[in-house]
Formats: sequence, C-alpha cells, structure tokens
Amino acid sequence: MMEEVKEVTSALSVHGHNIKITDVVKDGDALTFVIVSQKLSGTGEYHVDRTWDDFEWLQQHLFSQEDVPGLQGVIFPPLPAKASGNASAKIMKQLGVLGLGEWQPYCKALETFLQQVATHKILNKNKAVEVFLTSSDAPGRQKVKKNIFNRLSQAVEEMRKEGHKDVDEFFQTERDHNLVLTGCTKTAAEKFLDMVLTEQKIAVACGHFSAALHLCVEPGEDPDKKAFSRLCVQISEVFDSMKKNMTSVAENNVNTLGLGLDLESRYQEAEKEMLFRRTCKLVELENARRNAEKAKPVKKAAMEEVKTATQTEFQQICGVARQEIKQFHGVRVKMLQQALVQWCEKQLLTAKESTDQFNQHLQAFRGMAQ
Amino acid sequence: LLFPEQPSTDRSGHLTGTSADKSEVTSGVTESPGHGKIGSDAEEEAQETSTAPIIDLGADLPASNTQQPPVSDKIADPLVDLLSDVSPPPAADAKKPSGATIDLFEDEGRDLFAEPRQTKSAKLPQKSLFGEADEDLFEQKEKSVTTKAAAAVPTGGPLQDGNPTEPADIFTEEAVATAPSVSNTSTVNSKTNGVHSEEEADIFSEATVELSLDSPRTERKNDVMAKPSASAPTSLSAAASQAKPQSAALEEEEAELDDKFEVLVSVKDPEKIGEVYEKHCAFQTTLPMFRNKTFTVRRRFSDFLGLYEKLSEKHGPNGFIVPPPPEKSILGMTKVKVGKEDSSSADFVERRRGALERYLQRVVNHPSLIQDPDVREFLEREELPRAVSTQALSGAGFLKMINKATDAVSKMTIKMNESDVWFEEKLQEVESADQQFRKLHALVESLVIHRKELSLNTASFAKSTAMLGSAEDNTALSRALSQLAEVEDKMEQLHQDQAANDTFSFAELIADYIRLLGAVRGSFDHRMKVWQRWQDAQAMLQKKRETEAKLLWANKPDKLQLAKEEIAEWEAKVTQYERDFERVSATVRKEVVRFEKEKTKNFKRQIIKYLESLLQSQQQLIKYWEAFLPEAKAIA
Repeated sequence: MMEEVKEVTSALSVHGHNIKITDVVKDGDALTFVIVSQKLSGTGEYHVDRTWDDFEWLQQHLFSQEDVPGLQGVIFPPLPAKASGNASAKIMKQLGVLGLGEWQPYCKALETFLQQVATHKILNKNKAVEVFLTSSDAPGRQKVKKNIFNRLSQAVEEMRKEGHKDVDEFFQTERDHNLVLTGCTKTAAEKFLDMVLTEQKIAVACGHFSAALHLCVEPGEDPDKKAFSRLCVQISEVFDSMKKNMTSVAENNVNTLGLGLDLESRYQEAEKEMLFRRTCKLVELENARRNAEKAKPVKKAAMEEVKTATQTEFQQICGVARQEIKQFHGVRVKMLQQALVQWCEKQLLTAKESTDQFNQHLQAFRGMAQ
Repeated sequence: LLFPEQPSTDRSGHLTGTSADKSEVTSGVTESPGHGKIGSDAEEEAQETSTAPIIDLGADLPASNTQQPPVSDKIADPLVDLLSDVSPPPAADAKKPSGATIDLFEDEGRDLFAEPRQTKSAKLPQKSLFGEADEDLFEQKEKSVTTKAAAAVPTGGPLQDGNPTEPADIFTEEAVATAPSVSNTSTVNSKTNGVHSEEEADIFSEATVELSLDSPRTERKNDVMAKPSASAPTSLSAAASQAKPQSAALEEEEAELDDKFEVLVSVKDPEKIGEVYEKHCAFQTTLPMFRNKTFTVRRRFSDFLGLYEKLSEKHGPNGFIVPPPPEKSILGMTKVKVGKEDSSSADFVERRRGALERYLQRVVNHPSLIQDPDVREFLEREELPRAVSTQALSGAGFLKMINKATDAVSKMTIKMNESDVWFEEKLQEVESADQQFRKLHALVESLVIHRKELSLNTASFAKSTAMLGSAEDNTALSRALSQLAEVEDKMEQLHQDQAANDTFSFAELIADYIRLLGAVRGSFDHRMKVWQRWQDAQAMLQKKRETEAKLLWANKPDKLQLAKEEIAEWEAKVTQYERDFERVSATVRKEVVRFEKEKTKNFKRQIIKYLESLLQSQQQLIKYWEAFLPEAKAIA
C-alpha cells in the first residue's frame, strides 16, 4: 500500500504513495475533498477538488478499461460507499467506522484508495487516473458505459456460480479461505464499532456528570459549604479528565485499528469479487467447451473460435489473478500489522497520559486540607 | 414522638425492566429517599395513631394495619420481620410472580432517586408495586407476631436528658420472640405474588454485623465511611468534637486523628444459615464502654431496620439526624432467593452489604447515638430478640397515612415564622442538594450501565478477533490476532471492575446522601413540630386567660379557681415547650454542621478511593498494551 513503486512505465506524472487528502469541505449534502499529489519531477504539487461522484467516475473508468488482458483478474482497490453531508442513519451504519470522527477516517479511506490505485501497476496506466489527480477541472461527469464489473447488474441466477467447483486447487483454496475471512473480518469490524460507540457514550456520560457537579457548587462564606463546593469542582475535573481519556481511546480506536479492519473487510470483498469474476469466466469456458463439442459441423468452427478466445481470456485472468492474490496477501498483512502497531502505540500513549492526569488529581485531593 | 424517617423505597423502583416500567416505578420510588417530609408526615400520622414508624414501603402491611393498636406511648408493633425466621417456600414464590418476575430480574439499583422528591402531598406515588397483595401478606403474619414492648421509650434522647440508659427494657424483652409460623408464611406467600415474602426472608435478614479491620471491604468502606468517632461516653457535649476516623487503611490520616473512641464496622457477606441469611458483623473498638475490643455478632436485615426504628423514635424528635438504613428490596431479594446467579444479584448483595455497613458505621460514629443502649445492644448482644419488627405499610395504607400527615406538616410549614434565618437557608440548601444529588445519582447509574455495555462489547469483540485469528493463515498475523483477543478479554474484566468502582464508590455514596438528606429534612421537620407545640401551648394559654377573664366577669369563684390552675399548668407548658424548641433547634443546628463536615469528608475520601482504582485500571491497561506491542510488531 505504501510501497514505493517505480512509476516509469505508468502514465502518471505524480507519486502514488503519498497522495493526500488534506481537507474536506461540507456544503449541505455535498462533500468536497481536496487532493494533493506530488509531481514526479519534484517541481511541486497538484491540488484538486473532487467529490465522491468523481471518485466513482474514476472507478468506472478503471473497470471498463479495454485492451488490458486479464483485467478481470485484478483485485480492484475498494472505494468506500458514498457519504453525504447529511447522511441518513442507514448510510451511517453502512459506513461503519468511516462515518465517525467528522469525516476524518473517511478521508483517510479515500486517500488509501487513491494511493492503491496510483501505485497499481496495471491500473495506474489508465489515463483516467492522471486526469483525476491532476486536472483542475472536474473529470467529465459523462455516464461511463456499462461495465462488466458492476455486480448489481449481474442477474441473480449468476450468483449461484459462486459455489461452482474450481478446476484449480490454488484458486479453490483461495476462494474458500476468502469466504471465511470475509465473514470474520466483517464481524470483527462490526464488534469493534460497537465498542467505539459505547466508549463515546461513556465519554458523554462523564461529561454530563462533570457538568452536574458544577451545579452543586454553592456560593457563600460558610467554610463547610466552601469546602464542599471546592471538592465538587475538583471531582468535576476528575470526570472531565475521564471524559477526555475515553474520547482519546475512542479516537485512537477509530483511526488505527478501526480503519484497518474496515479496509481489510472491504478488500476481502474486493478479492471476492475478483474471484467471482474468474469463476464466471470459468463457467463460461466450460460452457464454450461443451458447445464446441456438441456443435453441429456447421457451427463447429465458430464454437471452436469462441472456445479458444474464452480459453485465452481465462488464462490471462488466472495469470493476473495469481499475481494479484500474492500481492494482496503481502499487502494486507502489512497493512494490518501497521494498524495494530499504531493502535497499540496510541493507546499506550493515551493510557500513560491519563495515568499522569489521574495521578495529579489524586495528589491534589490528598493534599487538600481536611 | 416517632421519627419514622426512613427514606425507604420499595426497591420496586428498580424493577424497571423496560424504560416504560422504569418511569412508572421510579416515580413510586422517588418519594421516599430523602423524603424527610414523608418521614415527618408519617410521624405526624403516627403521633395520632401511635403507629410504628414507617420504615419501608417494600414490606407491606395491610392498610388496616392491625399493628396500629392505640397503645399510647408504646411503639406499636413495628412490622415484624416475620419472614426473617422463615424461609419462604421458594417454589411457591418463584412460580407466583409471572409477569412481574420478568421485570423483577432486571438491573437492581437503577435510578433509585430518579425523580426529584415531591415536597407536597400532591403527588405521592408511593404505590406499592404489589398493592393488591399487600393486605393478605401480613394479615397472617401478624397473628404470630409478638410485639416487643417499646424498648425504645420515646423520651428525649437519653443523653440529652441525662436519662440513664434503659437496660431494663432491653433485657426484659429478652424472652419475647416472634414466632411466625412457617405455615403462615407459606399460605401468605401463595396468596401474594410471593414477592413480599421474599422481602422478609431477606438475604440480609440474618446478617451478622461484623466489624473488623481485616476485611478488605471493610478497609475500603471504613476508609470511606469511617467518620469522626463517637465522643467520650461521659461527655455529651463532646459530640461536637470532631474526632477523626481511625482506620488502619487511612494511614496518611492517622497523624491528624484524635485517637479517640470509635467503633469500626464491617459487614460481611451474608451467609445462609438454614433458610435465612445472616451477616457477620464485626466490630473493633477502643471504646472503654464495650466489653471487648473486637467482637462479632450476627444480625439480620430486620435487626438493622429495627435499630433504626428505635433510634429514630427516640432521637429524631430531639432534632438528631438519625442515619437511615438501606431500603428493603423485594426485587433484590427475590433474585437472590430464587438463586438467580448473575451479576445483578451479586450487585444487589454487595450494594446491600455495603449500605448496611455504612449505615452502621454512621450510627456508631455519631457521638450521641453510640451512647444509646439499643445501639449497644445491637453491637454486643449475642442474639437479638426476633420480636423486633419493622413495620411497613402496604402501599395503599402508606399513601393514606402520608397524605394525612403531609397536609398537617405542610400547614405547619406555611405558618412557621422563621426567626432564625440560618434554618431557612439551610433548609433551602438541603432541598437543592437533594435535587442535585438525585441528578448525580441518575448520571452515575447511567455511566455504570454504559460501562457494563462496554464490557460486553469488548467480550464480543474479543471473540470475533479470536475467530479471525484462527481463520487467518498467515502465522504471525494469526498469533497476533489471538493475542489481541486475549488482551481484549482482559480489558473486559477491567471494564467490569471499573463499572463496579463507579457503582460502589460513587453511586452508592450518592444514594446514601440522598437518604441522609431526607434525615436532615426530617430533623428540620421535627424542629417545626416542636415549635408548633410551643405555639399551640401559647394559644391554649391565651384561651385559658380569656376564660379566666370571662369568669371574673361572670363571678363564678369555683370555676375561677379551676381556670387559674389551668393557666398555671399551661404557663408551665409554654415555658417547657419553649425550652424544648430552643434545645431542639440547637441540636438540629449542631447536627447539620456535623453533617456537612461529614459530607465533605466522605466525598473526599470516596473520590480518592475512586481515583486510586482508576489509576490501577490505567496501569493495568498500560501493562497489557506494553505486552501486546511486540506481538504486533512481530507480524511482518
């Protein structure tokens, strides 16, 4: 994901690995993202504004790229679902972790998407990527021709192909494995989100308690009253610290492991899509073979041609797929490791900071005149 | 006079299974805690009917409380802890509450003080949750109850008046015991929804009050609750001395402590002896008036309540702030009885135990109360007569009484001409403090709920991580994920502990204070009553004088003589009552000052405990993270 890719053969004029989304502007429903990329020549940067629709435009172009053999074998970097400035509850739920934290995690996810696309050896040759990253105008919003990757367009009956037995053990294993992992990851991501949401609730509750304590402060000269008021104020501060602590904990969760699990989950889905495409092609191939065999002499030549073409396609896809899978395995492990390490480090830091804070409070109380 | 200040609430307030229920029930609950008015209301009522103080809504007596015999001075039979001896047939009970049970087994202790106390009789939602059943439950019980003659003779506080302690009463009552028949109970139980009976045979009904320094709970509680100890037995005014608590755990404070007389209390977890639960209560004291330095007794929940009744009858009217014990709780007890082993039962048990401990600690810390023979008896006597009964009215009966009493008191409130601004201000403060504390309590309970939720979520996440780890084929990643699952499991425990910390350090403290505020309120009410009595006497005197004047005119010498005698009588009364008023006012004032000092101390102590626990948690967390980090790094 973060690898330095030699982009000599790519059409891109910018570095792929350090593309940044530096800002997000909300205008009613619409969110606009500011994307900054560094020129390869080292002479500066490109700043562009893009909306999610622009991202989708890019993705569609990637899907529909012609003249790329075995394109269907590519595991396409997953694009997060569309977010809106005033997102409905349903959308927020769909976004999961990405819906939290004032769009910061969301921006990160988009950023990752761009980096993955721009460093992908096959994908970054697509001109659309260059246009997207460097053109000051918004990429054309023209409707892209229907592409074969839109799963929704696939008829429902095609879904049963998913279970179609494979001819290649490598791929069969990968399919099985992917199936399990996809489910597990999704669940883990969901549970993680639940945790984060509860942490936020706790933070809020601490805040309320802290505020309520201030109400107990009474004016007056009575020394006893003053003593108690003072105490209340200090206790209030303790709970305020608790609130800050919990808020940090939740933020750390979101920005590291939360994002990591989310990306992993979406990536697994992307692999699943790819494997499915290959499986479909396999089915197609098997059908073509059968047709060629059964064909009457009149049609036989044509069928044979189809069969051969399909065979070639299939092989190309398999070739690309193997590469992609290998790459994918390496990348995802690295990504998860990074997420886990960052997560741990941040939480450790927060815990230490909180400890200091609480200690200070404790000392203050102990030192209080009785 | 009776001082039924008992901010008891049917813990049915906690019954809230659903939020809908919650709002209904809590409204019923909210009244009592800290509802000094009710206390005094009841007292008012009691004054007329000489009923025993209302301790508790939870336990129910029929409205037609047969325990209100028109015994003049005697405390009518407080509700006998009828079932304290008896184990309700669990089967019957368990079966009985069908729909109700669902709610019963919900989280105990929530929103005990959810709503502000109503100060007027306008709304007294003290509905007994099981109103209709109440009557039945206790009718039969009462048959077998032997009333313990008022060991608490409602004179002024023995100390105040210099009355000798009344050992005679105590020990003559020795033989008196309640012997509720088991059969009664069973029958009764089946009639009711069974819940009440649970209430009686309380897990803490047999509680040995054990005061010791060794129990870690004790130390924690003692640290929290150990307050200025009782003053020297010989000096009444020494009550004012702020002897500081001596607790082994509070070492840092020892330097400041007057190493005076105190009794340290610890109440252990209840043990089931036979069918009932007893608590060991251990005491450690340096007070010379006690026979031993350390001693243990076993006490039942009803004993605690009984003690409170006696103390409030005796000392309340004199303006003392008598600490209130925890309420009875049908809900909590039912869960425990039926053997529901879950966190909410455990919670309830711990809350109850802690509350009793703190209650007792407060009692013994009070310079005057520690002198009371009933307290002595409670602490020392091997077995308390079971005749001690804690009266509680059924919801309906209670309501009726409250309504009556509240009217009386509210009239008084209006009339009283507060010459001393101090009292007026203090009362205001108490009222607003009550509201604030209730709010705080609700907030803390809310926090506790979230923490428990977090604990569950963490466990859930841990599980999912473990599954992910085992599905993962990259070895290093797989191992790291498994480690992660373990870390999360440990954190779940931390969250649980933190929830407990929130609860027992804070929620319970605040709950205590809501009850105490009620007691404070009660003392103000008592002062008002005493004032009223004085005013009434003055009015009567005036009348008599007028009568005398009329008679002078009418020239009826024989009647005149009578009139003169009456005037003399009332003049004496006026003087006496005025003195009483001044005395009670002084006491109330002193008590309030003491209360406020205690409050600050308590809260300070508690927040320190809380912080220490928080810190521990954080430090544990750090350890976990530090252990995990290398695992995470080792993945690639």
